[in-house]
Amino acid sequence: MSTGFILESNGRIILRLDEVERMMLLSLCDQIVTLVTPQDRDPDADPLFALVGIEPSLERPEDDVMLRLFPDAYSDDENAASDFRRFTERDLRQTKTTHAQTVQETLQRSGEKVVLGLAVAPSWLGFLNDVRLALGARMEIDADFHDAAVELAEDDPLLAMLDVYDWLTYLQESLVQIMLA
Amino acid sequence: MSIAPAEVAQVVEQVDPDRPWITMVWNDPVNLMSYVTYVFMTYFEYDKTHAESLMMDVHEKGRAVVSNGTREEMERDVAAMHGYGLWATLQKDD
Repeated sequence: MSTGFILESNGRIILRLDEVERMMLLSLCDQIVTLVTPQDRDPDADPLFALVGIEPSLERPEDDVMLRLFPDAYSDDENAASDFRRFTERDLRQTKTTHAQTVQETLQRSGEKVVLGLAVAPSWLGFLNDVRLALGARMEIDADFHDAAVELAEDDPLLAMLDVYDWLTYLQESLVQIMLA
Repeated sequence: MSIAPAEVAQVVEQVDPDRPWITMVWNDPVNLMSYVTYVFMTYFEYDKTHAESLMMDVHEKGRAVVSNGTREEMERDVAAMHGYGLWATLQKDD
């Protein structure tokens, strides 16, 4: 596994990836884009609403992953939470799509040495966080998850997913530390 | 000419009726402590000490009030927190 992000003395942020890791990140970009890209509008939708990016109606997601990526803004007021979704979810989907596409573009023009400009670092952080949120919700991760994971069978697909999750955690932590310095 | 309004205004100010809403960030098992600190420093422009203290509240007490203001301002803050992937809600400050 790679060493995480490194800040070089010339101020460049570097990430070294082998081909498997690079393909893994590219595949995760695809999956996030597929998951969060704004859905096509209903052709009968009010064009005025479409113009300003407001959804006439947006259902609260039932899937745990989507609910974690697009949480309720009001915990005690369903109507207000639903209104908030109508006004903001489209932008939020666009933000997450842009993060994933930015990472994709960086990777596509990189070989095993990825050079990150400061301008795209926040998108990388956002993308790594979104993937970890999605995987964490899918695996139902909680504070004791790693302790419980030792009980899993060797071929349990959860273990492979946990490996990826831990690697992404390591990558994100190394990049945050650079951004905080 | 009137001189009355200045005296009235002083009495009303204590409640600050224009800033009765709060943004709350909740603990979750995925977000990194360092990342939460980074978000508070980047978005709210809090200094590192304040950002870390809020982050520790989220981590240890399960939640922290990170900003207050009008309902519109808090909806903006909550939308921004969701953009960073933090779990945030707004509510009226009781």
